Amino acid sequence: MATILIDGRACPARTDENLLQACLEAGADLPYFCWHPELGSVGACRQCAIKQFSGPDDKTGRIVMACMTQVTDGAILSIDDPQAREFRAGVVEWLMTNHPHDCPVCPEGGECHLQDMTVMTGHDSRRYRFAKRTHRNQDLGPFINHEMNRCIGCYRCVRFYRDYAGGEDLAAFAAHNDLYFGRHEDGALESAFSGNLVEICPTGVFTDKPFSAVYSRKWDMGGAPSVCAHCAVGCNTIVNARQGSVRRVINRYHEAVNRYFLCDRGRYGHGFTNAPTRPRAPILRQGGIPVPISMATALERFATMAKDGPIVGIGSTRASLESNFALRCLTGPDRFSTGLAQLEHDLTMQVPALLRATPARNPSLHDMESADAVLVLGEDVCVTAPRLSLALRQTLRRAAFPAADAAKVPHWMDAAVRMFGSDAPSPLMVLTPAATDLDPIAATAHRAAPDAIARLGFAVAHRLDGSAPDAPDLSETESRLADTIATALRTGRRPLIVAGLQYANAALIHAAANIATALHATGADAALSLVAPDCNSMGMALTGGIPLDAVRTMARTGHIGTLVVVENDLTRRLDTATLDELLAAVPHLVVIDHIATRLAERADLVLPAASFAESGGTLVSTEGRAQRFLPVITPTMPVQESWRWTQQFTRAATHADAPEWTNLDQIVATIAHDIPALSRIIDAAPDAGYRLDGRRLRSEPARISGRTAVRANISVHDRPLPQSPDTPLSPSMEGAYSPDTPGALVPFYHAPGWNSVQSLNRFQQEIGGPMRGGDAGARLLDDGIPAQAPEWHHDIPAPSTAAPDDLLLLPEPRLFGTEELSALSPPIAARVTPATLRLGTLPAGLQDGGMVSLTLAGERLTLPVRHDPALPPGIALCPPHLAARAFTAPVRVQLHRDDTP
Amino acid sequence: MFGILRTLWLTFLHMGHRRVTVGYPEHKPPLPPRYRGRIILSRDPDGMERCVACNLCAVACPVDCISLQKAEQDGRWYPDYFRINFSRCIFCGMCEEACPTYAIQLTPDFEMSEYLRPNLVYEKEDLLISGTGKYPDYSFFRVAGVKIPGKDKGEAEREAPPVDIHTLLP
Amino acid sequence: MTVPMPLIIGVTLAVLLGLATFLTWFERRLLGLWQDRYGPNRVGPGGILQAVADGVKILFKQDWIPPFADRGVFVLAPAIGMMTVLLSFGVVPVTAFWSIAGNLNVGLLFVLAMMGMGVYGVVLAGWASNSKYALLGGMRAAAQMISYEVFMGLSVLGVVMQAGSFSMRDIVLAQSGLWFIVPQVLGCMVFMLAGVAETHRLPFDLPEGENELGAGFHTEYSGMKFGMFFLAEYAGVVLISALLATLYLGGWQGPLLPPPLWFGLKTGALVCLFILLRAALPRPRYDQLMALGWKILLPLSLLNIAATGAILLLHAPG
Repeated sequence: MATILIDGRACPARTDENLLQACLEAGADLPYFCWHPELGSVGACRQCAIKQFSGPDDKTGRIVMACMTQVTDGAILSIDDPQAREFRAGVVEWLMTNHPHDCPVCPEGGECHLQDMTVMTGHDSRRYRFAKRTHRNQDLGPFINHEMNRCIGCYRCVRFYRDYAGGEDLAAFAAHNDLYFGRHEDGALESAFSGNLVEICPTGVFTDKPFSAVYSRKWDMGGAPSVCAHCAVGCNTIVNARQGSVRRVINRYHEAVNRYFLCDRGRYGHGFTNAPTRPRAPILRQGGIPVPISMATALERFATMAKDGPIVGIGSTRASLESNFALRCLTGPDRFSTGLAQLEHDLTMQVPALLRATPARNPSLHDMESADAVLVLGEDVCVTAPRLSLALRQTLRRAAFPAADAAKVPHWMDAAVRMFGSDAPSPLMVLTPAATDLDPIAATAHRAAPDAIARLGFAVAHRLDGSAPDAPDLSETESRLADTIATALRTGRRPLIVAGLQYANAALIHAAANIATALHATGADAALSLVAPDCNSMGMALTGGIPLDAVRTMARTGHIGTLVVVENDLTRRLDTATLDELLAAVPHLVVIDHIATRLAERADLVLPAASFAESGGTLVSTEGRAQRFLPVITPTMPVQESWRWTQQFTRAATHADAPEWTNLDQIVATIAHDIPALSRIIDAAPDAGYRLDGRRLRSEPARISGRTAVRANISVHDRPLPQSPDTPLSPSMEGAYSPDTPGALVPFYHAPGWNSVQSLNRFQQEIGGPMRGGDAGARLLDDGIPAQAPEWHHDIPAPSTAAPDDLLLLPEPRLFGTEELSALSPPIAARVTPATLRLGTLPAGLQDGGMVSLTLAGERLTLPVRHDPALPPGIALCPPHLAARAFTAPVRVQLHRDDTP
Repeated sequence: MFGILRTLWLTFLHMGHRRVTVGYPEHKPPLPPRYRGRIILSRDPDGMERCVACNLCAVACPVDCISLQKAEQDGRWYPDYFRINFSRCIFCGMCEEACPTYAIQLTPDFEMSEYLRPNLVYEKEDLLISGTGKYPDYSFFRVAGVKIPGKDKGEAEREAPPVDIHTLLP
Repeated sequence: MTVPMPLIIGVTLAVLLGLATFLTWFERRLLGLWQDRYGPNRVGPGGILQAVADGVKILFKQDWIPPFADRGVFVLAPAIGMMTVLLSFGVVPVTAFWSIAGNLNVGLLFVLAMMGMGVYGVVLAGWASNSKYALLGGMRAAAQMISYEVFMGLSVLGVVMQAGSFSMRDIVLAQSGLWFIVPQVLGCMVFMLAGVAETHRLPFDLPEGENELGAGFHTEYSGMKFGMFFLAEYAGVVLISALLATLYLGGWQGPLLPPPLWFGLKTGALVCLFILLRAALPRPRYDQLMALGWKILLPLSLLNIAATGAILLLHAPG
């Protein structure tokens, strides 16, 4: 630790950071624009000028850019120095010369970094009397609004979009005063991380388009900490709501997980909570006619149904632990299903055990960023776990750091460090059936069928550790590739293997485990990450249950009286014939869900559940981190949490041991007690009894407006806002707020003088470090790393011997459209493209774009064909759920020769 | 002692003074144009709503009696609903002071008593007048650099025509 | 010439209560006049029916007794306040032959006794209300009224010594030559100040002290019970004015006009003086009030007694 003097005040600082970071960490108000904690410094905006003195006798000093100057012990600085102040005021005035005087109609207003910095420097009136430069805007798609006139030319957008996230279609155009950031032509931004431009841009050039349609100022929205439900990574988010509707989702910093960025699916996927089709009242279907009924009647009906035989429950990997557990309490563990078909069920169940048994680390996202050799084994992480792919992208820079260290260039010196790394990036190897977005930066990108990839994986493991089983009959190319990969992995001190369940291939994850085990045995600090498909797949794996196929067997033998399905659309899991057979054998079907599903259309009783925005719950991410989400809206009865419905069912069905949970914490405690693997979920977040300075945390900013008018059209009488028993957050602006709030409870970011998301700096122990109040979540899989000799997996697939006509049809999940919940969000739906069948070699006589038909999951489909020469032979790709609803796992298909149906 | 007697005497003499009370309903006092009475929403010189739904009046309001929702058409922001709960309003004029477009203005009308409180909740239809109010010439969109129908980029006050980004010439 | 007793009682009561009601309006009009405003001028000609409107309102208000109050005492207190004032009027001679109690030979003592009783009305009201402001008001009233009763009693001793009688009629008759205000100017001043304090009228209305005590001893009172305090206060004003007129201004005596009119004129003028005090003077601090009493009025009244005694002794025959 070094000590620096800021305006005579001694402050601790680290020598590996720059003066700007040190000043901000010391709590000083120093304006800046182009520096970003994750992007480093480029010294473009000249805004963070401060005075540095060479010693106690130096009274003159010199102006330096704080972001470009390294901390030295005993450095003497002045932020308040008149010359430095004048310099900064000049910079802002100059940046503002072209600013278009449109703050009132700018969605950034009120949370604008430029506004904050302008106020901070004291610039208040315009002296520039000449014409302002103007720009035309572009249509950047359904996510982002473009208003170039507001630009101050800090380059943050392209530095994030191109340098950090690897996007190609956003660039700087023109020069000097005419500088322009945009695409070469109108069109949706292609990167999966374009939404972060909203938070990256210090002013209102890039703003949130869906949010703008339901706009509310930052000070007018309540917030609650939440966890993204659109993939298994478990990014932390803040959900903003006003007047009972979700307005937007923004990033919530978690040091080890998503840090500063979200993917577009997570940011824009919340639209399903406001869908007009959402069930809002219990629906009883009598003779095919849906009738809305009261809660009491619904429970009575359920009690009647329960008399007709055993209750079987089907949980869901997109429902919270609590919802699944409450259902399990209703039915008993033997009649609780994971809601997954056999293959997926078996795979999901073995992931936690695999991660525990493998001696390699199970890394967090931030941990992955420090890997220096990465192998992606048969998983297109760019679509199944987009934020994870962004982390993998950062691993390429690892190779630059030793070189930079040798040249004494600090790591935050972004442009210089990138220069060092551009020649020899760290190796990233991608083995997938189809091309991924990581391919352009991968050292090795190999296309093969999942089985072949698994074989390669086993071969690599054998080359790393001779005791590992080798894959027999490898072709020469494959053998050479295995050598290359093994060599590359061996160079890394922190190698990382990523695999997943995308292709529902057990051999793939076993091969990945073998490689990780082998690497660990070589002494490297190896890591293994397995990507689960859904936001709570891992939680379901730890809860346990029976597969859907077992439920079908029970139904066939007449062992089901009532089937209760919680937040699971079985039409996406079972093909039509199988589902028909199951439902025909079940006397009563009860569906509890917060979206309108096709299954609900067939249910005898549909109950409206609360979505993630209206309920609290726990999700277990793919790294085994249990994280709590809290309600931002109080649901209006009869909409309530799934676990409350099932709890009431248990009472209605007059079970002797009906659980008596009155709030979330009690059910969490019961889960922790009943399921040892989940015992640590209590630590995921402080409970509802948490108080800061003796008070609840406020969920709304202190300056929220319109409290006496917002409901005045309904009633002029004030009413106390209902307090949810599940959250320590108060429902209003009354309560405590502090930068020391635990990371799991932060409802919004604000600090005096810092209204934008940049106020986050005040909430961190050090810039880019853990939250001052502690980071969110509790990791569940860190126990039980075995010390004994490695156990090798031996299920090496045989080489493919498929007939030339036989196609292996693989599910090709998409960033937008194949994930159930986000696909219901209007902006995401606008980005969904129709399903196609991707083929490596087109059948004779078929053109690219021509129609082909096949029978899939019991349905005869006709799909347009897309030619993808990179695909290995015998492989076809089709997005799951889009063409055939129940298509999820690889299947062998044959194309119909004739196109006549 | 003398002071007390003098006070009594002076007060007694006030018997002959003119009364300052204005007998209100019979005699209406002249109110200055900047009197802070009933709030209205004005229109710009082109007859369009001046309010751009920026929410600054709502946040400035010390009793939180203003609520609105932004909507947008062709780049113009306007309030989808605009509600003032006059049963809470204290006529402090902070909203008018905060308004960047001169849309919200307080008028010299204060005769707005009602027997029912809900009748004091004014919606946009009740607030919006057809004139410009106290500021006849100001139009926000003539100054702001956003594009609206009839005013392209670069056509606001003190704006240069849009840049051709395909040239590198200075 | 005797007037039938029931008539006297009836007329006195009617006039008194009517006067008190009238005063509620009259005071506000007069205050308005002196403070350059109107006062109540809407109801009836010149607003005169305001008093009726107020009366109707106050009669029809809910007769509310707070659940925490001592019910019995709470109801009794305003009655005591009203009764003592009304009883005092029994000995006030409107003319030589118009007095309810006739020529009671201890008339003045009776008045003082009733004033002493009046303290109970206020103190009990403050006590029975069982609320902090009312209690504070009651406490202040107790201290203030008991203190000023001393000076009041002492101040009239001069008059008694000069008249040689406690009978009000004798006192008036004793002033047929010179009104006692001339020889007893000190006593008159002390009596008047003490009278203001006894009726806890402004500026000595500390028991009510709106700005610090809500409404003081009657904070919890509403409806006609409050109305009784209110009327008692105005009746008290009339009483003190009538006593002043009787003791120091020659009572009904005067040239030309008939005696009752003289009595009425003198009383009315004094009532106006009371209202002028209210219009002009700010309320003192409580300690100032007590200091005025004990440090100035007490010595003054003692001095008055001594001086009167000495002069009487000097002029005494033999």
